[in-house]
Amino acid sequence: MSAIWTDLAPYLALILVGYLPNEVWRLFGLVLARGLNEDSEIVVWSRAVATAILAGVIAKLIVFSSGALAGIPLGVRVSAAACGFLAYLLVKRSVFAGVLAGEAALLLGGWLVVH
Amino acid sequence: MPAPATFSSSAAAFLGGVKSALTSVFFLVLAGTYIGMGALAHDFGFSSWWLALSTVLVWAAPAQVILISALGAGSALIEAAIAVTLSAIRLFPMVVALLPLLRGEGTRLRDLLLPTHFTSVSMWVESIRLLPGVPRERRIAFCNGLSVGYMSTAASFGFVGYYLAAELPPLFAGSLLFLTPLSFLLSTARNAKAMMDKLALVLGLLLGTILTATNVQLDLLWTGIGGGTLAYIVHRLREAAA
Repeated sequence: MSAIWTDLAPYLALILVGYLPNEVWRLFGLVLARGLNEDSEIVVWSRAVATAILAGVIAKLIVFSSGALAGIPLGVRVSAAACGFLAYLLVKRSVFAGVLAGEAALLLGGWLVVH
Repeated sequence: MPAPATFSSSAAAFLGGVKSALTSVFFLVLAGTYIGMGALAHDFGFSSWWLALSTVLVWAAPAQVILISALGAGSALIEAAIAVTLSAIRLFPMVVALLPLLRGEGTRLRDLLLPTHFTSVSMWVESIRLLPGVPRERRIAFCNGLSVGYMSTAASFGFVGYYLAAELPPLFAGSLLFLTPLSFLLSTARNAKAMMDKLALVLGLLLGTILTATNVQLDLLWTGIGGGTLAYIVHRLREAAA
């Protein structure tokens, strides 16, 4: 019995601690969005809030990184993001070009710091 | 703006969505992000199938990173659940903004269940960009195809990362983790055509940094409500002035 429990515990934790607390916000959205059309003011406002939260997530991931990314200095991370944005603007608003340039800058900067 | 696409059937629209997913920049971004996620799950001692299930059920990279690192480090379950739910608040306004684009004349609630579950940054950004060019009656099928394309990419590369984990040098692992914020930043900038969206993006970046640096509780919630509302008010004022 306890062996089964040990095997199942991570899956139970996935449902209770991962799936449910995450999914609840999607379901709230489904309930609220009933009867709204895309031009209603609350939908326009929601788009602004979603964009701002997403920007907040981006800032947190770059400025307050965790894991292996935290090993690369803050200055390198921010400069690499700026390089990526510049390349995106220069190459006809290409996200691909921007990601490539930003990653190249990060790898180069990270390598230079170590060497 | 991409050229409008006409699809002869729902199946064609679904396949069109899968094709859009596999040829977009998010294919590479998800591949890289989930290689990083696989390495993380491996390092914290989860099984590769657990990771695949978490990709299908949770389907949000920030929440999965929190879940894996919190559970793996032995944090209290309630603490992990709170961190996950805070990171997921952004999904709420995304669903509210997306579903009206998907809904047509005879759309039933159950038709919207899958797109609701599939809502995540990559899918949302691409749906907002591409759906206006898809006939309304094909949008749900297109959106489901797009999402299935993204989700299978993420799940597959999770396995790749899991088995590569031991081989990844730290700088390379760091560069994989950098893919998520970088691509989110650029694709959000590309989608921000209206002044309101640009303003929301800039305000969110600033507020997110300031509120996190000053240890404000629920920083992302206040970033969204504060930055988003301010951008919305400016948009209304400009409309009224015009």
